[in-house]
Amino acid sequence: MKRIFSSFVACAALVLYATNTQALTLPPPLVHESIERGWVRWLPANLPAAGYATIRNDGDKAVKLTGVDSTDYGMTMLHRSMQKDGKDTMEMMGEIGIPAHGQVKLAPGGYHLMLMNPKHSIKPGDSVHLSLHFNNGETLYAIWLVRPANATGPND
Amino acid sequence: MSHLKRLPRLVVLCTVLVLLAACGHAPPPWQLNDVRGHLPDLQFNLTSDNGKPASAADFRGKYVLMYFGYTNCPDVCPLTLGHLHLVMQRLGADAGKVQILFVSVDPARDTPQVLHQYVSAFDPRIVGLTGTSAQIAAMAKNYRAAFNRDAAQPDGGYQVSHSSGIYIFDMQGRARLLGTSADSVDAIAHDLKLLMHSDSDD
Repeated sequence: MKRIFSSFVACAALVLYATNTQALTLPPPLVHESIERGWVRWLPANLPAAGYATIRNDGDKAVKLTGVDSTDYGMTMLHRSMQKDGKDTMEMMGEIGIPAHGQVKLAPGGYHLMLMNPKHSIKPGDSVHLSLHFNNGETLYAIWLVRPANATGPND
Repeated sequence: MSHLKRLPRLVVLCTVLVLLAACGHAPPPWQLNDVRGHLPDLQFNLTSDNGKPASAADFRGKYVLMYFGYTNCPDVCPLTLGHLHLVMQRLGADAGKVQILFVSVDPARDTPQVLHQYVSAFDPRIVGLTGTSAQIAAMAKNYRAAFNRDAAQPDGGYQVSHSSGIYIFDMQGRARLLGTSADSVDAIAHDLKLLMHSDSDD
């Protein structure tokens, strides 16, 4: 009985040690994509908001952003604004490409995430969860800062 | 010593040259498009975001910046209204001479209440204008500001493509300059200041 107990202790110690070692070494990246400067432009009256960020791809292969979903918004889309024949217009994008070891900017007046039907009250200063899906099967789960309507970036 | 004696004459010559240059009739170096005489004076009868009737006469005596858009526009309209807010900040005390008007091209959804919340979120000095579909269509046509409702989205919502023009009128309501949502805060602020100065020289 004593031996079983001591081997149990040894076993537990080993597990603890293994856990600790893992915590001390940097874990390998879970996905090849990352975002910088992620922010959402808040609008009043539950109007559609827009999400912006620089999305980096550190992988050796080009990837495509194929979709976005959120626990905070009921409906999300990839969009692009452009000027066409003297008019401001938006089109829905099926995908947005990011080159290998490159980046794409989602920025006002261009590519952006269209965020509709907020599931709860969202206001400037809040954080929202937006997950980006890529065609390599990877999903990037990230937290985006909600900024006032007249903000020009994540921390202006 | 002799070159010092000549100095006053040089100063006089320089002053004369500068004055001559200032009196010349070279067009001001606008960064936006000069549309003087090419677009009608500011003219409309619409509903303000406070729910009351508003007409162009209410804004005579102010420089007016007018932009067409709609509240379900999450990207370009906020970008433009945000820019116009920064222009007002840039103008400092002169901002009191300027009125920004945001004309809805989506009157079906843009009630005065929604419009009020939307424009106020960018700058409390912005006035939102809406009206009947016919009023808005006539207003847009007057300024050649085309707009059209795009195909419905999966949830039944829709976007509206609309003129990207930023129309600038002087204090007498005359159309003077035309920019677009792609113009920088610097360019718009520069031209507004120039317009204010050139008018005060008239």
